[in-house]
Amino acid sequence: MSSLKFHYVVDKTDFTRAGEASSDVKGKLRKMGCDPEVIRKVAIAMYEGEINMVIHAKGGVIDVEITPTDIILVLKDNGPGIADIEKAMQAGYSTASENIRSLGFGAGMGLPNMKKYSDEMNIDTVLGVGTTVTMVVHMK
Amino acid sequence: MDKFLNSVRLDSDLCKGCINCIKRCPTQAIRVRNGKAHIIAPFCIDCGECIRVCSHHAKKADYDSFEDIEKFKYKVALPAPSFYGQFNNLHDTDIVLRALISMGFDDVYEVSAAAELVSEMSREYINNHPYGKPFISTACPTIVKLIRVRFPNLIEHLLPISAPVDIAAELARKKAVKKTGLAPEDIGIVFISPCPAKVSAVRFPLTSEKSQIDAVLAIKEVYTRILPFMKETANGSEELSMSGKIGISWGASGGEAGGLLTDSFLAADGIENVINVLEDLEDQKITQLDFIELNACSGGCVGGVLQVENPYVAKSKLKKLRKYMPVAKSHIEGQVIDGAFWENEIEYLPVFRLGSDLMESLAKMEKADEIIKRLPGLDCGSCGAPTCKALAEDIVRGVANEKDCVHLLRDYIHKMTDDLKGL
Repeated sequence: MSSLKFHYVVDKTDFTRAGEASSDVKGKLRKMGCDPEVIRKVAIAMYEGEINMVIHAKGGVIDVEITPTDIILVLKDNGPGIADIEKAMQAGYSTASENIRSLGFGAGMGLPNMKKYSDEMNIDTVLGVGTTVTMVVHMK
Repeated sequence: MDKFLNSVRLDSDLCKGCINCIKRCPTQAIRVRNGKAHIIAPFCIDCGECIRVCSHHAKKADYDSFEDIEKFKYKVALPAPSFYGQFNNLHDTDIVLRALISMGFDDVYEVSAAAELVSEMSREYINNHPYGKPFISTACPTIVKLIRVRFPNLIEHLLPISAPVDIAAELARKKAVKKTGLAPEDIGIVFISPCPAKVSAVRFPLTSEKSQIDAVLAIKEVYTRILPFMKETANGSEELSMSGKIGISWGASGGEAGGLLTDSFLAADGIENVINVLEDLEDQKITQLDFIELNACSGGCVGGVLQVENPYVAKSKLKKLRKYMPVAKSHIEGQVIDGAFWENEIEYLPVFRLGSDLMESLAKMEKADEIIKRLPGLDCGSCGAPTCKALAEDIVRGVANEKDCVHLLRDYIHKMTDDLKGL
């Protein structure tokens, strides 16, 4: 079965470039004639993930795989790790700094939104080592 | 007529086959083939950027001529709000309206008057549909065309109210029939337009079966003819104006939003800025707004390619002109307007997809990705496509080949000569 793979590097703390990777994936899915609702879900979930990596983990890498049935997003960072996943999944809970909040981010909706807009999500995290979030969005 | 109709024509004799238009086109709809610029019609959103940027004047806007309107027994001029921004020291819109009559029109109907009705309808519609927010303005046909091909998820946010000019046309014809007793088809409703996008919208309406506009004249052509008449009508006394501040403000970016009497809006103009806003809106990066006003041209309709004056100067003139006007002169007051709301819904047209189904598209994208790796990444445009990526996609679509790239061709020729030398 054919699949397409793309690799993106998310730059440290550059907010102006955050979102480039999700934009690029969005463009590709559009060119594929992918269902608009699927494109929207991928774009939102991936952008949330990208921003999270910039805010909490000084960047990281994203691997995207597009197959005829799924879009698989693997976001890997070498950040501080998530101490309490249950808490982090609560809407409104955030550990973002005041500086980040003043930019309009850090509302505590990152992980909840990623969960909401993906069909499957898995978080692998080790304190002090990093976090890998895997999200799957099904093609309809 | 087809749904991909556009209003840009090419004068082949003047086209040098340069890369100015292909690089500037926001939807990458132009390719240079056999030395001439060709528009891929389904990709074109009628924004007019190519007309604006062509230094050889090979790109021309399509619109009607004064001869085309001669056939009508009774002619009504519909001046766009931005038309008033073209004149120096204009302090009274009636001077322009009287001059339109002096130059041969039988009556006038200001688009700005209908715009005030649209403002009222929009306020009510947005209030009654809180879950549809944010609503995206639909007066600019280029915005509707852009969303139709590129932002399917935003179609449901389009404000389904007809553009002021369409409502003005409807009301003007009714008024003329009543006044003259002529058959509706003997009456010519003539829009004096800032842009060619409106021409395609009239010939192939996006949201109604038939347009009530019979002809579209370019502001730049009316401008030169009307000036001598304005000298005469400056001292007249007949009052023809039916619009105030709200209507006139529609001529520039922010005007339509201003008429909604809310702070919860953003107004973006210039096609690149508009695309950025739509991308963010689609990704839900923009929230908590009631209204998004979008105009394809910089500055709004004052920036249309058929205008004469610099858009920012025109905007400032409109501001001065409306200063002492009443807020609004036209009101719905219980009247029912035919065609005030969209008759047809906008349908997503996925014109940019590479294959006819997901599997085919996936395979083609994979192939395009391999090709991109071989291309130099200079985006020089020499192949006739705006970027290396666009060329790669053209190749997998079967409309171009790798040797269209001058750099790959050069390498190929070098290799051939080396091979020949080795013989």
